[in-house]
Amino acid sequence: MRHQGGLIRRMLRTLSGHGGWLPGLLLAAGCLALPAVGLAAEGATAGPTEYRDIPGIGSRNLVWIIAQLHLLLAGFVLGVPIFAWLCEVVGWKTGEKRYDKLAKEFTKLLTSSYATTALFGGILLFLLVAFYPKLMNYLTDIFFPSFIVYCLLFLLETATLYLYWYGWDAMQDGGKKTFHIFLGLLLNVFAFFIMIVPNSWATFQASPVVIAEGTDLQRAWAATWNPTWWPVNIHRLIANVVLGGYICGAYAGIRYLSARTPEDRDHYDWMGYVGNFIGVFGLLPLPFAGYWLMREIYQYNQQMGITLMGGFLSWLFILQAMLIGVLFLGSNYYFWLGITHRIPGSEMRYRKPIMTMLVILLLCLGVWMTPHSLVASLEEARKMGGTHHPLLGVFGVMSAKMTVSNLMILVTFMSFIMYWRAGKEETAGWAKAAKALMSGLLVVAGIAVVVLGVWGYFVPAIVRINYFSTSQVLIVLFVMLTITPLTALLLKSAKTTTEMVWGRMPPRAGYALVLNAIMVILLMTLMGYARSSSRVHWHIYGVMRDSSQYAYSPALGYAAAFMALNTFCFCMLVAFIFWVATMGDKAKAGHGGKGELPHGMPAMAGGSSALDAPETRKF
Amino acid sequence: MGGSLTKPAILIAVIYLILKFVVPNIPGSAPLPSSLIFLYLMLTTAGIVIFATMSGESKDAFWGPIQRFLTGENIGALQAARYAVLILFPLLVGWQTYGSTAVSDQPPAENRTIHPAPPGEYTGLSNPVAKTPENIMQGKGFYAAFCSPCHGGNFDGKGPAARGFNPPPANFRRSDNHRDVAGKLLCSGASRRAASGLPIEGMPWKSAMPRWEVELPDEWIWKIIMGEYDGAHQSPRTWE
Repeated sequence: MRHQGGLIRRMLRTLSGHGGWLPGLLLAAGCLALPAVGLAAEGATAGPTEYRDIPGIGSRNLVWIIAQLHLLLAGFVLGVPIFAWLCEVVGWKTGEKRYDKLAKEFTKLLTSSYATTALFGGILLFLLVAFYPKLMNYLTDIFFPSFIVYCLLFLLETATLYLYWYGWDAMQDGGKKTFHIFLGLLLNVFAFFIMIVPNSWATFQASPVVIAEGTDLQRAWAATWNPTWWPVNIHRLIANVVLGGYICGAYAGIRYLSARTPEDRDHYDWMGYVGNFIGVFGLLPLPFAGYWLMREIYQYNQQMGITLMGGFLSWLFILQAMLIGVLFLGSNYYFWLGITHRIPGSEMRYRKPIMTMLVILLLCLGVWMTPHSLVASLEEARKMGGTHHPLLGVFGVMSAKMTVSNLMILVTFMSFIMYWRAGKEETAGWAKAAKALMSGLLVVAGIAVVVLGVWGYFVPAIVRINYFSTSQVLIVLFVMLTITPLTALLLKSAKTTTEMVWGRMPPRAGYALVLNAIMVILLMTLMGYARSSSRVHWHIYGVMRDSSQYAYSPALGYAAAFMALNTFCFCMLVAFIFWVATMGDKAKAGHGGKGELPHGMPAMAGGSSALDAPETRKF
Repeated sequence: MGGSLTKPAILIAVIYLILKFVVPNIPGSAPLPSSLIFLYLMLTTAGIVIFATMSGESKDAFWGPIQRFLTGENIGALQAARYAVLILFPLLVGWQTYGSTAVSDQPPAENRTIHPAPPGEYTGLSNPVAKTPENIMQGKGFYAAFCSPCHGGNFDGKGPAARGFNPPPANFRRSDNHRDVAGKLLCSGASRRAASGLPIEGMPWKSAMPRWEVELPDEWIWKIIMGEYDGAHQSPRTWE
């Protein structure tokens, strides 16, 4: 390094006579070419190159950042079409133009974010081929047939996206609209396959299935259909919906905070509501998908399961509990703010139920966040008789965690139902019986979840995992699948007692939406690290060892810094994409002629919004 | 100061007192580490802020007095208290920061992995010794000879030598603890022998347990495990 430093100084002295710009230009070129030093370093050694490195940041860290950004962008690009298509279908079915407008607004973001995702995918591929030639050679050998499928899918997805976006205005009426809806469905189908094909490559690294004989296609198919492939597919699909919903919410939150006209406030308040609704809609089943994934990991390899949930990565799950807890609190807070601000006069009526739900959520979160092995000084550990607390240690195990997570899902679902029913009065003759049935169901389900959780301490782990935890999940799903249609039926004939008014949410509602989106992104970066680190010192678990200088798991603090960095970079990228995509709208708005904005329309889950003139209110 | 701040302050104080003085005195309990108390107090504070900011009126009632106090707006005699808070609070933060980063003669807390993943070669391993009453009795005999001085004749971690260790020997009667100990027994016995060391992720091990795997035959170790499970009335975590 000293030698290089001297060289640079000599160069600077030589060039200083040519004016300031030349050294600057050459230095910049030198910096850009710096990776070549590292890239070429191993190329000179005998035998095939297994690894290349890059000075400074290191190859693994660079791949970490790019892969995470690519994955987050991909989650956004795959989540938003689901979100947009659902909105378009709702708009098509109900005839409400604002849903169609919202769907279009987000599809517009897709075109620029799609290109950025592909760009990061390309960079990632180049880096992987350059830094890990041996591994990539092996993966190519196995997955070559699926590479071809992936390319074809990309072509189809791109063509469909162009048709979907550019044909939006031209396909608005009659059969054309139906065809446009079909295009949206097709877009999502291709997007789903675009997601699951690379998932097979990543899951293969964690749970490989290698067959020595057979054709290329047979080997590729066996490797693709590995034990964690479908659990990851389902988990990511739901997570992408959550990401899309919450990012939409955050976008609406920021626009709401900066809105200058009552119309803008109405529109972005409503958009924030839809984003939060879809985010919560995905969030509720997400833990079940995560549980299934962990279950499959344990089934595939106990070591990997224990490393993740009981070993050195187990602290990540405490961080996960904290982030999910904030997400649950943030989503519920937004619901509650909606009840107290959008439905005039409802504050006192819902105060007690809100407080009850908040206390249950906090108690559950307290249990979920209590680690099994506590952070304690030697003196504290001596008093406890180890790092497990003799009394509260019972909160640290899966039986407790499963119970409280299910209860939190139930409470959030109740919040949503309460919001849905707020400002309405059921008129059906069977309303009383239905409400009693729903209340009974919720209470019985809550008790059953707790009983199974406590009982779980007294049975062998296999009984708890296979029967008790599964039963808890099924109970909660049953409650959601029963109460949702029942409430919808009940509200069909209900009369609105208090109109829901948009644009009256306080600024903190906008901040809550932004916070939720950041929590989701942090969660994805956290669990991305967990999934990748569960392979420990293997590129392909049990098949190909990592023999590079980076064959160690980064310390949790170091990893957390990268998670924060990746989250920040992704937020900046999304902000840039949003800014670019909406630049044209702002210019148009500046020249007068604002598009039609929503007024007095009933919400998907709430009363109509026959807007009065905005009142002065305390936020 | 507004009356609406009194209730939250009392609530936080009550929860702190419960965690600090009531929970440790419940039979079978122990003092909570400060990290856990801090966690629970943070949750309580978050709950208070969420509930207090639910409506415009409640937010004003909660935040208004704080804002007025900090800005010094019409607080009269509390002006001196305001200056004290504005001076002392940064000092407190500085002191905390210094305290957590300064060199200390106290040994650092070690967050070693309690559940290291057992080595791969032990996946699906089953006890080669038959589970007969004779073997269990023999295991209890070995336990009495080799383990009970520290882990206690009642399997409760209170053997005569237990006082000499910090942290103390494990109490096998606790189900959560027991599962760890079962793992440790396997690791300290069978795996140390086979893999000549514990899993790396379980480091630093720093266990005071003797290396029984070089002292005792495998058969004895398996019998001790059976006798210990039976005596503590626990069952091992099963492989699927």
